[in-house]
Amino acid sequence: MLVAIAAVWEAAKTLFALPSYQLPHLHEIAADFLREGAGGELWLWIMTQNAGYTALESLIGFALGGVTGLVLAIAFAHSRWLERGLLPYVVASQTVPILAIAPMVVVWLGTSWFSKAVIAAYLTFFPVTVNMSRGLRAVDPDALALMRALAASPRQIFFKLRFPSALPYLFTALRISATASVIGAIVGELPVGSRFGMGVVIINAAQYYNWRPANLWAAILVSAVIGIGFYHAVAAVERRVVSWSRTAPAV
Amino acid sequence: MGSPIIELAGVDKTFESRAGATEALRAISLAVDAGEFVAVIGPSGCGKSSLLRIVGDLVEPSAGAVRVKGKSARQARLDRDYGIVFQTPVLYEWRTVRENVQLPLELAGRPRVEREQRPRTLLRLVGLEEFAGHYPWQLSGGMQQRVSIARALALNPSILLMDEPFGALDEMTRERLNQELLQVCTETAATVLFVTHSIAEAVFLSTRIVVMSPRPGHIDRVVAVDLPHPRVDKTRALPRFFELVTTVRQSLREDPGLASGHVRPGESG
Repeated sequence: MLVAIAAVWEAAKTLFALPSYQLPHLHEIAADFLREGAGGELWLWIMTQNAGYTALESLIGFALGGVTGLVLAIAFAHSRWLERGLLPYVVASQTVPILAIAPMVVVWLGTSWFSKAVIAAYLTFFPVTVNMSRGLRAVDPDALALMRALAASPRQIFFKLRFPSALPYLFTALRISATASVIGAIVGELPVGSRFGMGVVIINAAQYYNWRPANLWAAILVSAVIGIGFYHAVAAVERRVVSWSRTAPAV
Repeated sequence: MGSPIIELAGVDKTFESRAGATEALRAISLAVDAGEFVAVIGPSGCGKSSLLRIVGDLVEPSAGAVRVKGKSARQARLDRDYGIVFQTPVLYEWRTVRENVQLPLELAGRPRVEREQRPRTLLRLVGLEEFAGHYPWQLSGGMQQRVSIARALALNPSILLMDEPFGALDEMTRERLNQELLQVCTETAATVLFVTHSIAEAVFLSTRIVVMSPRPGHIDRVVAVDLPHPRVDKTRALPRFFELVTTVRQSLREDPGLASGHVRPGESG
């Protein structure tokens, strides 16, 4: 698959005679990692450091958003009244462009990693809330009747039935959230004042794009790798946790 | 025998919905003695499932009284006097077979030793010892239903409520499970209330058959089944078996769909 993409890439470049500022050669992108930066460090090392920084922000944001989403979902599943009151605002929060919100969050919370994690969490919690509150409700009525016939307490019904049966819904949401959290962290790094992270690398590379296009492409590649890594990490946990399910993802 | 273990007196049930009220049951009175196996049969929509759920305190009656072991149905449920089996096995797919059978023991807070040993005994009883570590989807429909029966017996309930437990199974599996169920019931001495669509099944299993009619659901007739015990394969060949099947079929005549045996398995009464 990777070979095929590379072939199409290079074929397109030759076929349409695209200059490197439109589409650089793949080897140019690869070579960019081995170039020395302004401080004398290899770009591979510069990218790795910034990617690590972004990954950490994403991870914290993912955890923060995951917990927030879960708490909201449980609240909604328990109270229609609460859901009716809060859900419109939860939905509205996702219709506002994240690019517009990110600078405000940075102004409020400063340019540290925390503001980026919050922005990542902002994109993370929504899929979890929506999917999980549905999962918590989508319980087989007979499975509930069984619990009732066995005189189970509300607590037992939640922990022994509702929560485990909603786990596939939770993981579907977490896989979406995993990639969204990386996007959130990068967008959080774009506003002026940030000093580390892939967002900063991307902004700088974009400014010097005409001069050195391969740098931006390399940054995009690295950012994608973080997102893909996150996705697969969640999928791996899912396979372990929901191993009982026939519908667990194959890869 | 003393006083009946299950007693319904003048029970009505009306379901309210936006489309209006539906009268599901009218003036149901029934007494079941300890150790009896009572089958409830009738066409779809006759309220037989509602009747079962009222006894189990899963549905509230609109009028009338339900006494179970001299208590309210609610108290009997809270005392965990019921074991329940549905048409589908309703196994929790994230639990292994053993863990599914363990569920009632966990909920009741039984000691660890019992939680370990009881499932083993019960799985042996239904012939599924080797499958204790399997997940439900790895089992056939008939095996899953046996697990669900084992689970219903976990707390040694005095009353078994069974809502068309074998309705979704093929005829051969059904007959084998009927036989097994009777053995299990003999060993556990449970009183059984058994909802079914199948006339042959009702005659083979029960000591009495309650025949119901729809619109609104009411009891048409109660047929005493005087077949000898234990019931074995040969029982199905007795002339008396056929007479009883005919009697029940005639009582159900008003509903041609059921009498000819064309009943959709997904439907319940």
